[in-house]
Amino acid sequence: MADPLDQRTRFSRWLVRLAHPLVSPALALVTAFAVGAVTMLLSGDNPLTAYWGLLQGAFGGLDALSRTLRTATPYILTGLSVAFAFKAGLFNIGASGQFLMGTAASVAVGVLVKGVPAFIHLPLALLAGFAGGALWGAIPGVLKVWRGAHEVITTIMLNYIASLFTSWLVYAGGTQGQQPGPLSDPAAAAQGISQTGTILPTAKLPELLPDVLTRVHWGLVIALVAVPVIWWILKRSTFGFEVRTVGENMSAARYAGMRVNWTIVLSMAIAGGLAGLAGTVECLGLHGRFAPEFTGSAGFEGITVALLGRTEPVGVLLSAVFMGGLYGGAAKMQFESGVRSEIIQVVQALVLVMVAAPELVRVVYRMRARRSEEDTAESKLATGWGG
Amino acid sequence: MTDIVLEARHITKAFPGVVANDDVSLSLHRGEILALLGENGAGKSTLMNVVYGLYRADQGEILIEGEPVQLSSPRDAIRLGIGMVHQHFQLVQPMTVTENILLGSEITLGRTPFLDFEAGRQRVRELSVRYGLSVNPDDVIEHIPVGVQQRVEILKALYRQARILILDEPTAVLTPQEIQDLFRVMRELARGGHSIIFITHKLREVLEVAHRIVAMRQGRVVGESLPESSTQATLAEMMVGRKVILQVPKGPAHADQVVLEVRDLSMSATRGGVALKDVSLEVHAGEILGVAGVQGNGQTELVEAITGLRHVQSGAISMNGSNVTAWSPRQRSSMGMAYIPEDRHRFGMVGSYSVAENLVLNTYHLEPYSRRGVRDDAAIRDHAEQLVQAFDIRTPTVDTAAGSLSGGNQQKLVVARELGREVSLLVASQPTRGVDVGSIEFIHRQIVAQRDRGIAVLLVSAELDEILTLSDRIAVLYEGEIIATVEASQATREQLGLLMAGVRAPLNA
Repeated sequence: MADPLDQRTRFSRWLVRLAHPLVSPALALVTAFAVGAVTMLLSGDNPLTAYWGLLQGAFGGLDALSRTLRTATPYILTGLSVAFAFKAGLFNIGASGQFLMGTAASVAVGVLVKGVPAFIHLPLALLAGFAGGALWGAIPGVLKVWRGAHEVITTIMLNYIASLFTSWLVYAGGTQGQQPGPLSDPAAAAQGISQTGTILPTAKLPELLPDVLTRVHWGLVIALVAVPVIWWILKRSTFGFEVRTVGENMSAARYAGMRVNWTIVLSMAIAGGLAGLAGTVECLGLHGRFAPEFTGSAGFEGITVALLGRTEPVGVLLSAVFMGGLYGGAAKMQFESGVRSEIIQVVQALVLVMVAAPELVRVVYRMRARRSEEDTAESKLATGWGG
Repeated sequence: MTDIVLEARHITKAFPGVVANDDVSLSLHRGEILALLGENGAGKSTLMNVVYGLYRADQGEILIEGEPVQLSSPRDAIRLGIGMVHQHFQLVQPMTVTENILLGSEITLGRTPFLDFEAGRQRVRELSVRYGLSVNPDDVIEHIPVGVQQRVEILKALYRQARILILDEPTAVLTPQEIQDLFRVMRELARGGHSIIFITHKLREVLEVAHRIVAMRQGRVVGESLPESSTQATLAEMMVGRKVILQVPKGPAHADQVVLEVRDLSMSATRGGVALKDVSLEVHAGEILGVAGVQGNGQTELVEAITGLRHVQSGAISMNGSNVTAWSPRQRSSMGMAYIPEDRHRFGMVGSYSVAENLVLNTYHLEPYSRRGVRDDAAIRDHAEQLVQAFDIRTPTVDTAAGSLSGGNQQKLVVARELGREVSLLVASQPTRGVDVGSIEFIHRQIVAQRDRGIAVLLVSAELDEILTLSDRIAVLYEGEIIATVEASQATREQLGLLMAGVRAPLNA
C-alpha cells in the first residue's frame, strides 16, 4: 500500500511533526478571536482597533511587557499544576483552593516568623506555600484512592472550603463580638478591614530588574525554573514514568506492579504544591499581604493555560504568557478602542471551550479525527468522567 | 427468479491508513450456510458491517434478491430482512427475554401507545417452538446462561423477519455441547429457507456446519471451497496464505518439584464477576497445567488472585515454597512470576508508549534501566533491540508506538517482556486471543520451550484446542470451582466439553 506520507520530503515531514501539536491550539485561538470580533461588530465596535490596542497593551513597550509577565507568573505555575495532574490522568479543578491555601501558609510564615535572616526566612516561606498547596492537593488524591471519590467533585468542593477558611483566617471580627481570625492584622481589624499584616522584608521576593521591568519579581524566575524541572520529572525520572503510565493506562500500571495509589496521591500533592507556589510568589513578590479579595482565580486560569498548552510544560509556558498578555492588554484595549475589557473574558472563555472540546474545532475546520498519542489529553478530557 | 438472496459486488472500503475491503464480491444463496473465514483484521467484520448498514462502502453495491439496495443504517438492513448477531450481545441485561425481543418493534394494543405484552409473549413462544430455540419468555437476561442469551439474539432477528442471518463469531462463548445445539438450529433454519453467513476463524466448525466456505485475507477474498473437498490444513493455508503448523511439536513433560501451589482459594464475586470456591491446584516445574472452561467461569478472578491483582478472602498461594498470598504484584514478579494477561490493551501495554518503554514496563525501576530514580534511555533501548531480535517483533524501530503494531506483534512484545528475563513460573491467560495464526504458532512454541527449560506454566484458555495442544494436565473450571483435573493424554474433547458444561463426569469415564 502506498502511504501518501512516504511521498513527502523529509523536510516537510519534519515540518509537519513540528507544527502538528500547534495546529489545534492555533485554530482554537483563531476561532475564539474571530467570534470575539463578530461580537464587537454586533455592538458597533471596530475589532481591528481593539485587537491592535490589545497587542499594544500586552507587548508594546516595557511597561506592557512587565504587566504581561507579572500576570503570567502565577499562570505558569497553576498551568503546570493542572498539566502535571493531567499526566497522571487526574483533572485538577482545585488549583484555585490550593493556590489560596499555599498563599495563606506562606503569608503566615512571612508575617509570624520573626528575627531570622532572609536566606532562611524566604525559602521557609516558599516551602510553607508549596506545602500548604501540596497538603490541600493530596486530600482529593487520598479520597480518590481510598473511597473512589472523583477528583473533579472533591477539588471543586475543597475550593469552597479553602476560600471560606482563608477568609476566616484574616477576618477582622464583627461589631457583635465576633472574634477576629488568627491571621488578621489588629491595626487593620480596628478599622474593620480584613487582611493580614504586611510580610516582613526578610520574606519578600525582590524585584527582578527594578530599573527595567516594573514590579516583575523573582517569582517569575521560580516559575521559569519549574518548567524544565517538571518536564524532567515527567520525561526522565522513574517517578515520571509511573505518573504517565498511571495516566495513560491505570490497569497496565497496576499489572506492571506500580504503586498506583501512591502515585495518584503524590501527583495530586505535587500539583497542589505548584498551585500553592503560584499563590505564594504572588503574595511574597507582589502584594505583600493576604486579603480575602485574593480569589485564587489564577487557579482557574490554570485549566485554560494547561489545556491550551496541550498539558506539556513548554506549551504551558507559552500559553501562560499568552494569557498574561490577554489580561495585561485588556485595559489598554479598552482605553484605545472603547471596547469593554470584559470582551477579553469572552475571548478567553471561547478559547477554553475550543481547547476543551477538540471535536468542535474539528467540525469547524472539517479536520479528520486523529487517534494519535498527541490527542490523548483532549480525548481523555472529553471522556474523563468515566474514570 | 434467482436463488441468490444477497450479493455484494466489488465492495471497497478504506479507513485512514488501511484498505479494509478491497474489491470484495460475495454471494449468498437461499438456504445456504456460508462460512466466512479469516484472521482478525482480514476484513470479515468490515464487510458484514457494510452489509448490515453500519458502514457505507466507498465503492461497490449490495443486491438483495437481485435488486440493488441502499443501506444507510441497520434499520434499512432489518427492513430488507437482514439480521445480525454480534459477537458482543446487544441485550438489555435487567429486562426479560420478551422485552428484549420486542424492543424497538413493539406490538401495541390496537392503536394505543400501550404495549401488548401478551401478544408479544405469544409470538416469542411461537418462534421459539418453530425453530427449536428454547427460551422462557419471562426469564431476565442477566439470569440466563450465555448460550441462551445467544438464542434470544437469534430470536430477535427472526422476530424482525430476517431471512438472512449474520452470525459474528457465535461460538466463542459456548461450550462444545452448546455449539452443537447452535449448529442444529442453524441447519434447521437453513432447511426452512433462511440463509446464514457464519463468521469464524475456527476451522473445525467450518468443516462441520458450512455448505460453502469463503476465505478472506488482507481485505480481499482469497479463496472459496467446499467442506467435502477441504481439510483443516488446506483451509488454514487458504486463510493464512502459506502452510501452517496447527499443532506445535511437543515431547513428554518432565515434571519436577512444585512451583505454584494454590490451596482452598475462595473469594466472593465482585460486580459482574464470579466467586471462586475452594480452588486448589499445583503446577510443577517443567509442566503445563491447562485451565479449561467457558469464558466467564472464574478464569479472570483466578489469574488475578495468583498474580496479586486481587485480594483473596481465604486460602493460600505459595510459590517455590514461600507463602506469597499477601505479596504485591511487584514482589511476585521479582520472585520470578511472569504474566501474560488476557487483555493486552488493558493490562499488557501502554499503546502510546514506545516498544522500548513497553518492554521495561515492569522492570523500569531496576538497574540498568534506571539509577537512583533517573531513567537510562540508552540501556532501555539496548534491551529493546535485543528482545525485538530474539522474539521476532516486527516493528520499524524500538521507538515506534506499541499501539501501532499488529495484534500479533503486540502480543509478541508482551511475551518478550515476560519471558525475556529469568522466571520460574509463567501465568498465561488467553495468550493467543485475537492473534494471527503465524504469531499463535510462535507463542505456542515459546510456551513449550519454556516448559522444556523447566519453567512451570499455568495456561488459562477458553479455546479448547489450545488447551488440548499445549497442556500436560488439564483442570476444568466451572462457576468458580475446579470440578476435575485430568491427564491431557487421557482427556477427550467430549469429556472436557461435559465438564465445561458443569456435568461432573462419573469416575469411570
